[in-house]
Amino acid sequence: MRREKQHAVPPAERATPDLDSGKYLVMWQGPQHPGITGNMSLRLVAEGDTVVDCETHVGYLHRGFEKLMERRLYMQNFPLVCRIAVPEPDFNEYCYAAALEELAGVVIPEKAVWLRTLSLEMIRLASFLMWIGGQAGAFGHGTIAQWSVTMRDYVLDLFEELTGGRIYHMYIIPGGVRGDVPAGFWKRVLATMDVVEKNLDDIELVMFHNAVFKARAEGLGYIPRDWVDQYGITGPNARAAGAGRDLRKDSGYLAYPRLSFEPLVGTESDAYGRARLRLGEMYQAIDLIRQIVDRTPANGPFREKLPNPLHWKIPAGETYVAAECTRGEYGFYVVSDGSDKPRRVAVRGPSYTHAVSVMERLVRGVNIADVAGLMVSLHTYPPEIER
Amino acid sequence: MNELATRLAGRYGARDWHDQRKDLAAATVDVARIRDVMAWLRDEEGYRHLSFMTAIDNIERGVFTLAYALRNHGTGHGLIIHADVGRDDPKVDSIHLLWGQAWTYQREMKEWYGIDFPGSPRVDEEFVLEGWEGPPMMRRDFDSLAYSDATYAERPGRVTHDPAAHMRDRLFPEAAR
Repeated sequence: MRREKQHAVPPAERATPDLDSGKYLVMWQGPQHPGITGNMSLRLVAEGDTVVDCETHVGYLHRGFEKLMERRLYMQNFPLVCRIAVPEPDFNEYCYAAALEELAGVVIPEKAVWLRTLSLEMIRLASFLMWIGGQAGAFGHGTIAQWSVTMRDYVLDLFEELTGGRIYHMYIIPGGVRGDVPAGFWKRVLATMDVVEKNLDDIELVMFHNAVFKARAEGLGYIPRDWVDQYGITGPNARAAGAGRDLRKDSGYLAYPRLSFEPLVGTESDAYGRARLRLGEMYQAIDLIRQIVDRTPANGPFREKLPNPLHWKIPAGETYVAAECTRGEYGFYVVSDGSDKPRRVAVRGPSYTHAVSVMERLVRGVNIADVAGLMVSLHTYPPEIER
Repeated sequence: MNELATRLAGRYGARDWHDQRKDLAAATVDVARIRDVMAWLRDEEGYRHLSFMTAIDNIERGVFTLAYALRNHGTGHGLIIHADVGRDDPKVDSIHLLWGQAWTYQREMKEWYGIDFPGSPRVDEEFVLEGWEGPPMMRRDFDSLAYSDATYAERPGRVTHDPAAHMRDRLFPEAAR
């Protein structure tokens, strides 16, 4: 049975329950939960088994990245940026590198354009595979989590071969990428895509036609279309609500304008609709990877020569470079004062909006047992909130 | 986009328009008019998406420069609106009624820079730095290394290398010459 749909209420109108009345129970969810990567707590106020109020608490992972970056050389910040969103380090690498290149007037070689696109699509697939395990697990489907994490490991094998690292790749660097593809790599990419695609077919059958999953996920955490602009919602959370926005298409960065794909758009942004849409985007990522394998130039340079990294000064200016990550708009705002260190680096992660403002509104009226499923359905990575 | 620059200058006295890319521009307005400017851009010019808000500490000029990043999904154009506010007792009009996520950014800027947004929900609550008793940590005059040295004791037996010296002496000795 579909739940009653919620409608936006300005945050100023939030009612605070009287905790001294004896009617409410305060309980915490988190900061550990396998469905989100990182640590984040929800302070829930429940009446019976229904949540009536929620506050998102972050800070468990604050490492002061943005502050640290202001006192380090541009190149020294590379080992930092990839750690801002652990399961998707490549989007940080790309946005930071592209921002520096834009300010410094560096143009990267054609082959680097394709290898960067490959890297971003492979990590999109890996990240979604981890997410779907968390989403299924939150509704009691632990087997699917075991399948999908295994598939993710196969993709990480490819990353290890390409970059030397499984989690943090540091592959996309200013001027291009760090290395060429190894011999026989494309063949192994295609073989892995076949295996993952077959597993996605199984997941689709087992998870999306399951009566329990459908009963619990349909109607849960419904996001109306008019919330998308009001709350700055992006990515699958917005596309499932009918907003056909995808920076890969709208901004046309890297090789995306030359790839054949259309953004997937849904009609119902509830937990089920969002999961359906993300499953579709996993198939789409596989398709894009196959296109990239087919079209990446075999020869040519993969990196532009840069000035001495110890003395590299970026001309004064500012820019904002954004990319479409698995969760939506991911961007780096970089301000240079002309010195060898950034004046300011601000990271825009989609979780900032989804896990705080949107989560706090959606969770009201939800059964305690469904809070985890709702939280994972927004696809949250807390490190990008705290930076 | 030059037409928008003209309208913005005519209505709100915007200055320093700069086209960074064909799909990204920046301009500066007076901080006292920031809420009017943002409401106008959202409702009249189609910049309905607030990407993020942040601040830059321009300590040499004695100001915090606020940055509001907007996007017009219809045209694909992005716009960064700047506004300077003095570093002494900085207060800025809240835009939490324009966008549902703005209060979170304002809460962050209060904690990180000490910029107040009167009326913004939960603006005085701790956000990321629970239990923090030092000054606003993103201010340029807060030296995080000096704070760390003064606050935490060295663990015996550990050796610390300065990253810049390590890069210069060990990783890139040729480049340093």
